[in-house]
Amino acid sequence: MDYRLTPEQEAFRKGFVSWLEKNLPEDFDPSRRRSYETEDQYSRAYRAFQRRLSEGGYAAMHYPKQYGGQGKTLMEEIIVMQTLASTCMELRGPGVITHGMAVPTIYTCGNEEQKTKYLPKIFDGTHIWCQGFSEPEAGSDVANVATTAVRDGDHYVVNGQKVWTSYAHMADFCILLVRTDTTVAKHKGLSYLLLDMNSPGVEVRPLRQMTGEAEFNEVFFSDVRVPVENLVGNEGDGWRIAITTLMFERVVGDATMASAYQKNLETMIAMAKQVKRSGKPVIENPVFRQKLAQSYVDVMALKYHGLRNLSHQLRGGIPGPEGSIGKLLWSEPNQRICEAALRMQGPSSQIMSGCPWSIQDGHWQFGFLRSKGNTIEAGSSEIQRNIIGERVLGLPKDASRIDRK
Amino acid sequence: MDISINEVQTDIAREARRFLKKECPVDFVRDMFEDPRGFTDDLWKKMMEMDWMAMRIPEKYGGMGMEQMDLGMVLEEMGRAVLPGPFFSTVVLAAEAILEAGNETQKEKYLPKIGGGELKGTLALHEPDGGADLEYIRMEARPAAGGYVLNGTKLFVPDAHVADILVCAARTQPGDDPAEGITLFVVDAKASGVTVTVLPTMDGTRKLCAVEFKQVRVESDAVLGEPNKAWGPLCKVLQRGQVALCAECVGGAQRAMEIATEYAKTRVQFDQPIGSFQAIKHMCAQMYVEAESSRSMLYWAAWAQDHADAREAALAASVAKVYCTQSYKKIANSAIQVLGGIGFAWENEAHLYLKRAKANEEALGDPIFHRERTLRIIAG
Repeated sequence: MDYRLTPEQEAFRKGFVSWLEKNLPEDFDPSRRRSYETEDQYSRAYRAFQRRLSEGGYAAMHYPKQYGGQGKTLMEEIIVMQTLASTCMELRGPGVITHGMAVPTIYTCGNEEQKTKYLPKIFDGTHIWCQGFSEPEAGSDVANVATTAVRDGDHYVVNGQKVWTSYAHMADFCILLVRTDTTVAKHKGLSYLLLDMNSPGVEVRPLRQMTGEAEFNEVFFSDVRVPVENLVGNEGDGWRIAITTLMFERVVGDATMASAYQKNLETMIAMAKQVKRSGKPVIENPVFRQKLAQSYVDVMALKYHGLRNLSHQLRGGIPGPEGSIGKLLWSEPNQRICEAALRMQGPSSQIMSGCPWSIQDGHWQFGFLRSKGNTIEAGSSEIQRNIIGERVLGLPKDASRIDRK
Repeated sequence: MDISINEVQTDIAREARRFLKKECPVDFVRDMFEDPRGFTDDLWKKMMEMDWMAMRIPEKYGGMGMEQMDLGMVLEEMGRAVLPGPFFSTVVLAAEAILEAGNETQKEKYLPKIGGGELKGTLALHEPDGGADLEYIRMEARPAAGGYVLNGTKLFVPDAHVADILVCAARTQPGDDPAEGITLFVVDAKASGVTVTVLPTMDGTRKLCAVEFKQVRVESDAVLGEPNKAWGPLCKVLQRGQVALCAECVGGAQRAMEIATEYAKTRVQFDQPIGSFQAIKHMCAQMYVEAESSRSMLYWAAWAQDHADAREAALAASVAKVYCTQSYKKIANSAIQVLGGIGFAWENEAHLYLKRAKANEEALGDPIFHRERTLRIIAG
């Protein structure tokens, strides 16, 4: 057992840290909550930085060189992602779905042609992808997807609507879960398509969320023609692909979250030294000291559980449904951490960014509101606990969810 | 980076589980709960034959020179079985104190005997006014005629009633800075002036005692290591003790979760196994989340005691102590809720887990103490 990096990995980490110091975008300002005013600027900043990473030899560390990766191991990828998360998390935003969802789906289940065509342009920052998953009637019940793809010669014709589609407004392509067979059990009739977002008949409408921003969208499809060669795997494979391929990238996500939260705790401690209650810094108040420490404990649980999973995967272990633990360990604690941070600020916790009384540019106000989505997005806490209860612990399904057509 | 259990450790754990299943079934635990001594010589001897007492003792003192992580494998199984008796007090507290603070003569005198199962000991630390504060040591040891005279009261001393030796922390200089003036003494538990009373604590599987010292005379060779400078070594001993408790918590939490989950699969109400109801299922799932993440914390903290720098070792012990003890208590509580009426019954084992969880939460610094210590390390 050893938690340390090898000397080679440590040298690699140091090399990347010093590369990053010289290569952060000139307009990136870590003291501000957002460096980029418009979504268009944000999208361009992500692409340019991804290109820079790629040119520097730091993009897609664990993917083969033939697809534009670096041909190293998952460990190097984790080192890069952790360093980015604690330095410039904002710059990764528009690529979260691209790298966490689209890449593993294409790489694991796509054919050679698809991999060669799409992966290099993701890794060099040319393309952003989104994932067409949830629908108005398919939230937690994802298998209820009603968007259809009907075969017409050498095309599928897609009709329907997706919702809560992250970064669709920036995306060039979409991994799209569609129904290709309406005659079989729900989850057996699903397929995965690779869709060009510039195709005629695709309409993206931003969805304004409680933070006031719009990361998500509704996406409408009317008679959108998708070439048959854009099918991932076989018809009917959609459900299996959706639930299995994504597990491999989960360790990267968990490690990234742990590093981002650790950075966030530094921000929180700095805030506790600055914000006062009864004239004294709240960091001197035993109640808030307890809250700060508990936040740290929660982040360490995410970090060290994530490292244990990572190590399992580095040794060739196959990730399974127990990966749902990681989702619960980052989503629920983040809500508690943001809540604790606001509590420290007292009435000032109501002040958003943009005034002289704003604390840390409204970082925690935004964080608090944004964290409300954490237990809903990417599989709600309830779904994660169903997965653990049924697929890990072997508890029976409830009567309403026994397989139906 | 490699976070995995090696083959030797896997074997240790498997053997320990097999042994404890046979030698320490739940009926035995319940008997010991109400037994005044709280263990049997027969079981102690068999545990000695498993070499458990010798695992952490260096080879030069007749032991096996193993690491915290190795011992953790056994402790996890002991937690799973809610093993009663003075193993924790003897092997984790007294032996580690002698190992960490003692001089060569003292190590040669005590360690082989502890490793061979011939000597039992404990650590007398807490005081009535200190609460959960491990740094609050006010008991006085006055120099007198080539030795010292000890006066004062220690509380929550585990298994002092069956100990041969008490490692006792006392002040040889007045003050409240733990770094200056604390000395560790090895005191014969039968010495004149020592009175041990078992406290009626909630967890009968780990007896906690009040120990009164009235004009207890010890020779100067009873000083463990250097006088006035015991705090540094004592902290390391306490950290190992905290991590040991985490291991017990992980084992106990795992078992409590299994009991509840099995019950949820078989207990039928409203014509369905209750585990099909999300209210129950999600409680079981949360138990799993916390048991598994506790194990991840434990591994880090156990590894850190032997391989990380002093700061990380201290931080990991405190962070894991908060997380693992809190998780164990939550899991034990949830297990009782899932079991329903039967979980409230004395005849069911669920209360044994809750009670040990409660004892482990309070032992060697409660969560409030360890959160404060965590923050002091990370933010000053």
